[in-house]
Amino acid sequence: MTWETVIGIETHVQLSTKTKLFSRASTEFGKSPNTNVNLIDCGLPGVLPSVNKEAFYKAIRFGLAVGAQINQTSIFDRKNYFYADLPKGYQITQMDVPIVIGGTIDIETDEGIKTVNITRAHLEEDAGKSIHDQFDGYSAIDLNRAGTPLLEIVSEPEISNAKEAVAYMKAMHQLVTYLDVSDGNMSQGSLRCDANVSVRKIGDSELGTRTEIKNINSFRFVEKAINFEVKRQIKQLENGKKVTQETRLYDSVKDETRPMRSKEFANDYRYFPEPDLLPVVISDQEMQEIKDNFPELAKEKEERYAIEFELSEYDAKILASSKPMADFFEQASRETKNYSLLSNWLIGEISAFLNKDIIEINQSKLTPINVAMLINRIDDQTISGKIGKSIFEEMYIHGSSPDEIIESQGLQQISDDSEIEGIINSVLEKNPDQVAAYLSGKDKLFGFFVGQVMKLTEGKANPQTVNTILKEKLKE
Amino acid sequence: MSIQFKTIQQLREMLDKKVISSEELINETLKLAEDLKDLNCFVTMNEDASIEKAKKIDQAERVDSTLSGIPLAQKDLFCTEGLRTTCSSKILSNFIPPYTATAVKKLESAGSITIGKTNMDEFAMGSSNETSYFGNVHNPWKKGYVPGGSSGGSAAAVAAGIVPAATGTDTGGSIRQPAAHCGITGIKPTYGRVSRWGMIAFASSLDQAGPLARSAEDCAILLNEMSGHDSKDTTSLDIESKDLLHTINQPIKGLKIGIVKEFSLDDLDSEVQNCFEDSKKLYETLGAEFIEISLPNISASVPTYYSIAPAECSSNLSRFDGVRFGHRAENVEDLNDLYIKSRSEGFGDEVKRRILIGTYALSAGYYDAYYKKAQQVRRLIKNDFELAFESIDLIMTPTSPGTAFAFGSKGAQNPIELYLEDLFTISSNLAGLPAISIPHGKVNSLPAGLQLVGNFLREDQILNAAHIFQQNSEFHLKKPSMEEF
Repeated sequence: MTWETVIGIETHVQLSTKTKLFSRASTEFGKSPNTNVNLIDCGLPGVLPSVNKEAFYKAIRFGLAVGAQINQTSIFDRKNYFYADLPKGYQITQMDVPIVIGGTIDIETDEGIKTVNITRAHLEEDAGKSIHDQFDGYSAIDLNRAGTPLLEIVSEPEISNAKEAVAYMKAMHQLVTYLDVSDGNMSQGSLRCDANVSVRKIGDSELGTRTEIKNINSFRFVEKAINFEVKRQIKQLENGKKVTQETRLYDSVKDETRPMRSKEFANDYRYFPEPDLLPVVISDQEMQEIKDNFPELAKEKEERYAIEFELSEYDAKILASSKPMADFFEQASRETKNYSLLSNWLIGEISAFLNKDIIEINQSKLTPINVAMLINRIDDQTISGKIGKSIFEEMYIHGSSPDEIIESQGLQQISDDSEIEGIINSVLEKNPDQVAAYLSGKDKLFGFFVGQVMKLTEGKANPQTVNTILKEKLKE
Repeated sequence: MSIQFKTIQQLREMLDKKVISSEELINETLKLAEDLKDLNCFVTMNEDASIEKAKKIDQAERVDSTLSGIPLAQKDLFCTEGLRTTCSSKILSNFIPPYTATAVKKLESAGSITIGKTNMDEFAMGSSNETSYFGNVHNPWKKGYVPGGSSGGSAAAVAAGIVPAATGTDTGGSIRQPAAHCGITGIKPTYGRVSRWGMIAFASSLDQAGPLARSAEDCAILLNEMSGHDSKDTTSLDIESKDLLHTINQPIKGLKIGIVKEFSLDDLDSEVQNCFEDSKKLYETLGAEFIEISLPNISASVPTYYSIAPAECSSNLSRFDGVRFGHRAENVEDLNDLYIKSRSEGFGDEVKRRILIGTYALSAGYYDAYYKKAQQVRRLIKNDFELAFESIDLIMTPTSPGTAFAFGSKGAQNPIELYLEDLFTISSNLAGLPAISIPHGKVNSLPAGLQLVGNFLREDQILNAAHIFQQNSEFHLKKPSMEEF
């Protein structure tokens, strides 16, 4: 029997505002527990929310980018439930009137571009964090995250498999980072999703019963969690059992999904309009300002790079695919003229290091100026490409500047003809047997001589100069 | 020279003429509060800090505010930095706020001195002050009788002459009804006139702070200071506040006063009716005209209120969970148990009743029938007022259907009986309109209150009408004998 999968995704995007959605406390990640917390965030008696418009601007920017309808009047609702890291006992969210309605996102699938429809996106505040394993017999609460603005983006159930779900998340990630709506840092929870998964027999018009996998925070886990869940559901149905509508958690260690305890989701949230907030109105003028300051998106950058920097379409696309990489490239391109060498390094050597550590370039110790300087030193032949690689490793590990490394380690390339000639002479003198063998037709020994020269110069001799002089010498 | 029963204006004069220093005034006030502590007006006193502030004021060279050095009492649901704020609830009985409510801050910046926090119905839920965790407050006019509620402690403290004025809050009548029962003046401003920042919420869309004092004029002095936009409260109105003292004492000839057809007084005590008729006559002699108006949906205001207010309160009170502040139960098994025990132990019966009603009204399947329906009716009530105010300047009703009653005599068997205390006051909260209660006579030797409801933002009109009434009558000058205390 053949089955098809239907997936809808709710993406929770932490908006990269300086302060929280309803308070002036900082949203900075990684601060000591309960330091980014003010009276409002800890829900003290008598406090009231005040609005951070920056979050609205970011949400609207997202809406405009996906071609959605924008509700310029935002109305908030309370979602009531008790949890220790939810200070007020309710979350301020948008139920009936989301700020963003509709829109589409294009994703890349094996069959080409697929357009996924967005149902809605609404603003809400994040909860704090409960820490259960650090204090014996107690749970601890960290409210630093409480009140951080979230945009919850709900897709239509139009995603057909785990791979597409990953493509959707990647497209979403690229979009929100490009829009500067979010830093997109998945390991810090800036982008996470819930996947609604169901299966049905091909040809059925009715959707199957769905389960919701909560809080997935990496591309890899999206794929694994959905694949597991699809297999599990098909097995249930093929064994004549039913799929229970429920909320499940993905356990990445065991690579399985399992139901959350019923207590954790069996809630009547008692939504009602938030009486502490008047409707927030975004004026036509503010809308215009958002439109006027719209950032350049990936596709536009890609096209511009190919023309402005004369890069191949392929290279331009790779550089533009990640916002941090594109930003880095653009900044470095102001300090060097050799764009193709810069692009080669970014796509090749540098990406290899970043991928190994699974980080984005802006999370590394590299700076655009340093990388551009490295490119310039290779370009002006101060160093060879090979030395460049060892210098790069130093830069990557310590964040040092290439000139400093070249200076302190004396790595300047030797391009001086007479100096190289002297070294070649001494190599040839020391190896008369090899010279004789070469002259008698063993061409391969040429490499041996080059190697000897490089050894003596610790790799600093300009290889082209060495080649030229050595060839002449061996003719004599 | 006694400072008891003095108005703000009188104390100002005494201070200005150096008949008394600020420090002496505060010491006298604290002594009076101590002597009258059987009234149980106060939950927490602020002795040291208030004497300290009085000393500073005495040392200051200039006095530039009417309120400088004037003792005030704050209802115990205004957060006061470093001074315990309980909402008269066990659940907050150990809560010391790290910040001060805007309304109080404004009064204190004007030089007034907070001498203590007044008793109230728990979380402002009640009309008799009998739901307080800290015990009943006696009506200064009669021991063993309620002062009204929920701002019962504030009303009693003013009526007993301990302080010239106090703050209160009014969600369905909680300033006006106790003012009426205690024979003083109290005004609930237009919703949004006074910032709610730091006011512990009961029902966010209905709560509004205001003053209780010995005269309309003193109310105007306090309200002048308390009003104004606050960026910390998005529901506070961003409009310029007019000087209410400037517009007080205008002739009221031609003032059009509406009498609500649907508020039949026939069922009320005949003495209540008499007071009302007498006040009408007084206004007529002063040149006002009376016009019968219809508020067709007004009869729905009590059920509407008791759907909306508990719904909001059920959510507002969720933060009292024993996790971050307030009462936390001991020996709990898990998080749920912590909630259940902390809240069961911390809240009183009336608060629990309203949380249950509100939770029910918001539940899936009931939301449309209760909360949503109530909001629609609220809109209709508001529309009724809007229409009525096209042909009148203000509306006159009794403040309360009766007068103060004996402890335990109402609502013990049937809470609805007590809810009807707010029959005449609730609609102005639903419509967000300003309303004032002034004393206008006695019924069975207890004070009765007259309510004037104004149009949106027309505090000036009702304060003026109240002031003119007080210029031409002596009800507000009457003092309880206090012999029983």
